[in-house]
Amino acid sequence: MTAELKDDPVPAPRPGAPLLEVDDLHVRFRVRDQDVHAVNGLSYTLAEGETLAILGESGSGKSVAAQAVMGILDMPPARIERGSVRLRGEELLGLPERRRRAYRGDRISMIFQDALSALNPVFTVGDQIREMYRVHRGLGRRASRDKAVELMERVRIPSAAKRLGDYPHQFSGGMRQRIMIAMALALDPDVLIADEPTTALDVTVQAQIMRLLAEIQDELRMGMVLITHDLGVVAGVADRIVVMYAGSVAEQSPARDLYARPAHPYTKGLLASVPRLDRRGDALVPIKGAPPNPAALPPGCPFQPRCPRAEAVCSAESPPLVTVAPGHDAACHFAEEVYGAGTE
Amino acid sequence: MKSEQPDAGPPVLEPETAPDAGAPAASAAAVAVAGGELGRASLWDDAWHDLRRRWIFWGSVAVLAVVTVMAAVPRLFTATGVNEGCDPNDSKLGPSGDHWFGTDLAGCDYYAHVVHGARPTLLIGVAVTAFALLIAMVFGMLAGYYGGILDTLIARLTDIFFGLPFVLGATVILVAFPSHGVWAMTLVLVLLGWTTMIRIMRGQVISVRDADYVQAARLLGASDGRIMTRHVLPNAIAPVIVIATLNIGHVIVGEATLDFLGVGLQYPQVSWGLQLNQAKDSFIDHPHLLIFPAVFLSATVLSFLLLGDAVRDALDPKLR
Amino acid sequence: MWRYVLRRLLQAVPVFIGTTLLIYAMVFALPGDPIQALAGDKPVPDNVLQTLRDRYNLNDPLLLQYAKYMWGLVQGDLGENYTGQSVSEMLSGRWTVTAQLAVTAWVFEMVVGMLLGTWAGLRRGKFADTLVLGGTTLVIAVPVFVLGYVAQILFGLHWQIFPTAGTDDGWPMSYLLPGIVLGSLGLSYVARLTRTSLSENLRADYVRTANAKGLSRTRVVGRHALRNSLIPVVTYLGVDFGNLMAGAIVTEGIFNLPGIGQQVFLSIQLKEGPVVVGAVTVLVLIFLLVNLVVDLLYGVLDPRIRYE
Repeated sequence: MTAELKDDPVPAPRPGAPLLEVDDLHVRFRVRDQDVHAVNGLSYTLAEGETLAILGESGSGKSVAAQAVMGILDMPPARIERGSVRLRGEELLGLPERRRRAYRGDRISMIFQDALSALNPVFTVGDQIREMYRVHRGLGRRASRDKAVELMERVRIPSAAKRLGDYPHQFSGGMRQRIMIAMALALDPDVLIADEPTTALDVTVQAQIMRLLAEIQDELRMGMVLITHDLGVVAGVADRIVVMYAGSVAEQSPARDLYARPAHPYTKGLLASVPRLDRRGDALVPIKGAPPNPAALPPGCPFQPRCPRAEAVCSAESPPLVTVAPGHDAACHFAEEVYGAGTE
Repeated sequence: MKSEQPDAGPPVLEPETAPDAGAPAASAAAVAVAGGELGRASLWDDAWHDLRRRWIFWGSVAVLAVVTVMAAVPRLFTATGVNEGCDPNDSKLGPSGDHWFGTDLAGCDYYAHVVHGARPTLLIGVAVTAFALLIAMVFGMLAGYYGGILDTLIARLTDIFFGLPFVLGATVILVAFPSHGVWAMTLVLVLLGWTTMIRIMRGQVISVRDADYVQAARLLGASDGRIMTRHVLPNAIAPVIVIATLNIGHVIVGEATLDFLGVGLQYPQVSWGLQLNQAKDSFIDHPHLLIFPAVFLSATVLSFLLLGDAVRDALDPKLR
Repeated sequence: MWRYVLRRLLQAVPVFIGTTLLIYAMVFALPGDPIQALAGDKPVPDNVLQTLRDRYNLNDPLLLQYAKYMWGLVQGDLGENYTGQSVSEMLSGRWTVTAQLAVTAWVFEMVVGMLLGTWAGLRRGKFADTLVLGGTTLVIAVPVFVLGYVAQILFGLHWQIFPTAGTDDGWPMSYLLPGIVLGSLGLSYVARLTRTSLSENLRADYVRTANAKGLSRTRVVGRHALRNSLIPVVTYLGVDFGNLMAGAIVTEGIFNLPGIGQQVFLSIQLKEGPVVVGAVTVLVLIFLLVNLVVDLLYGVLDPRIRYE
C-alpha cells in the first residue's frame, strides 16, 4: 500500500499544447460474439477554462468515450482500437497503469449521473473524500479531515464538519451530487468530466448544481467536458458543443451558432423536438425511428435511415466533416445546404 | 500488478439500454403490456437457446432421466425384488459377475438394492420440493401482492420456521414418530423446508407488482386474480424455479443424512441413505457398500444442482 | 444503532418462542403417547413411563406444559432419560468439545471460503472460477457423512496425516479433520456467495468511481468491492450455524468426538428419545442466539440497515 502513497511525478506541461485533445478515438465492445462499435472516430479539443458539451442520445457512445478518456473502461470486453488522448500534449493511451493512475482523480476527474450508486454505501462521505488526499497526497488523518471539511464547505454543504461522518444514503440527491463534485475537485484537476451530472435530480436542484459547477470552473480555470442528452442543460453553460450520433461526431460548433444555425439534419431534428420559449406555437417534431444498433450500423451515414434529407449518396458513402463556418463542422453530405437554410 | 483489466462480465452497455428517444408514443399501455409479455417469452426462449448448447445441461438431464426411470420402473434394471434371494452366507461379498455391486450385510444383491433405492430417495426429494413450491407460489404471491397484515403474518411465520434448521428440526421431530414411512417423512420435511422458496417468491412478486405492465393491466380493468396469474406469476417465477431445482438436491442430501442418523426411513425400506447407514460399520473393509449408493446419490444430487445452476445462468442475461 | 439493536432483539422474541413451541408441539402434543413413542419399540417399564409423564407434565393443558418445560429449559433443565439420569448432566462435560469443533469448522469455512470466492470472483469465467464452482458443487452434492468416511479412510488410515477418531491429540490436531469435513459444506456456500457477490459488486457504479479516483486495483477490490461483497456472506455465516449444529451430530458420530452431537448420535441409536429432544432443542437455541449476534453484526457492516 505504501506504493500508492506517492504518485509517479506528472511531467511538466508542454507549452502551447491544448489542455485535452481527443483524436480519432475508436472503442469496441466484444459482447456475445458480436462486435459493438461504441465509439467510431471521436475527436475534440478542450481549452483551459472552456466548457465543452457532448450531446447525444443514450447509445451514442458519449459515456463510453468519456470512460475511455478517463481510463476506467472495463477491458475486456471493451477495447480501444485506435486514437489518441493527450493531456497538455502528453499521450495518455498506452501509458503503464501506474502512470495512468497518477492522472486519474488528480489531473482529470469525473462525476457521474447517479451519486447514490456512485458513492460507496458502506463508507462515510468523509472517508470517501479523504481517500483522495490520503492516496494521492499521502496526507494524514487530521490534515485530510481538514481538507475534506474545507472542500464540503466549498460545494456549500451546510454544517460540513458535522456531516463528515454521515453515509451517502443520509443525504438528499442534490447534496449527494455535491459530495461527488467535492470528491472530483479535491485535487484541483485540470479537466473535469461530468457525465450527466444532473439527470437524476429535480429540476430546481439541477439548476443549483449547474450553477455550482460553472462557478467552480471559473474559479479554478479548469476545462470541463459536460456529457448530456439534455439540450436545456447545455444551453446556459457550454462554450462549444459536440453532437454525437452512433459513436461519432455529427456536428461540432460554438454553442450559439449551433442553436442558431445547425448544419446537420440530426441536430436540426433535436432542436425541433424540444419546446423552446422563443418559438411558442410551433409544433414539436420528433425524429422518426430509433438510433441504430451499434452492433450493426447502417452503411454510409449512420443517420441516413432516419434522415428526412437522405439521398442515394448517404447510404453509399460516409460523409466527411465539412466546415461550414470557422469552428463549425458537420458530418453531412448536405451540410452547406442545411446550414444555409437556418432553422426556419 | 496488471490492472485496468477487471475481467468482470459484459459491461452494462449503453447501447443496450432501451432507445426511448424517438419511440412512437402511441398507446403507452398497450405497448407496456405487450412489452411485458414479449419480454417473458424471449426470456425463456433465450434461456432455452442458451441451454441447448451446454453439455452440462444435457449431462444432468441424462443422469436424471436414468434415475427417474429407475425409480418409476425398477424392473427394467433388475429382475430381483427388494430383499429377494438374499443368502446370509454370501454377506458382504465384493463385486463379481453374479453380483455386479456385490452383496450387502444380509447377503442381498447390492445392485438390486441400489436400483430400488432410487424410488424413495427421488420421491421424497421431488415431493417435498413440489409441496414447498406450491406453498411458496400461493402464499408468497398473496403476501407479496397484497402486503399488509397478511404479509406481516406470513413473514413472521416464515421467520419462526426458518429458526428451525432443516436437519436439526427434522431430527427432533422424527424421533417423536419412530414408525414413519415416506409420506410422513415428506410431511415433516415440507414443514421445515417451505421457508426458502416463499421468501424468494415474495421478494420477486414485490419487485414485479409495481412494474409498468402490471399497472397497465390494472388500469385496463383486469381483476387481481387475473393480474396475479397472467402477469405477476410468469414474470416472478423464474428464480423460484431455479431454487426449486436446487432444493430437490438439498432435500435428497438432507433425507440421506436423516437416514444415516437413524431417524429417517427404517429397515425393511430401501433407500440410498439407509444403505449408507448400514455401511457405516464395515465400509473400511468393504468399501463397495459405501461407494455404490454414494455414487448414485451424489450423481443424482449433482445433476439437480448443475441443472439448477445452468438454468439460472441461462435465465440471467447479466451473467452471460 | 441502538434502535436497530432493540428492534432486532424484539423481533427475536417471537422466533425463540415460536420455534421452541413448534418443537414442543410436534414432540409432545401429537396423538398417541409421546413417551412411549420416544422410546420407539424399546420396552420401557410402566412405572418409568408414568414418572416421565409426570416429569413432562403431560396431564396439564398444552400451553401450561410448554410453559413449565420452557421454565425448566431456562434453568438448564433439559429433562431426563429413561433411567432417570438428567440430560443436562449427561451433556455437561461435552460442551467444550462441540464448541472447539464448531469454531474450527467455522473459521475454516470463513477464511478458506472467502479466499476461494475472491479468487474465483476476480477471475470470472476463467479456469480458477470453473475450478471453484465445480469443486464446491461437488462438495454440496456429497452428503457430509460420506465426506467424513472418505476423509477418514484417506487422511486417517491411508496417509495417516490426521488421527482417525477421538480427541487423544487434543486441539487442534484431533479437531482439524472433523472440522474440515464439517466446514466443507459451508465453505462451498461461502465461496460461491463471495464469488457472485464480488463479481456483481465489481460492476457497481461505486467501483467505477473508485477507479476514477485513481485508486490502485488492490485498494479498489480490497477496500471498496470486497467490503460490500462480504455483507451477504456474513449473513450466510449466521444461517449456516444451523447446518454446523446438525453436521456436528454426524461428524462427532463418525470421528468419535465426545461432544453434544455424539451424545445425540448415540441416543438416537439407543432410542433415548428424551435425550435427543433435550439436546437438539439446546442446539437450536444456540443456533438462534448465534443468528441474533450475526444480525446485530450485519447492522455494523451495513450502515443502510442501521439507520432504517
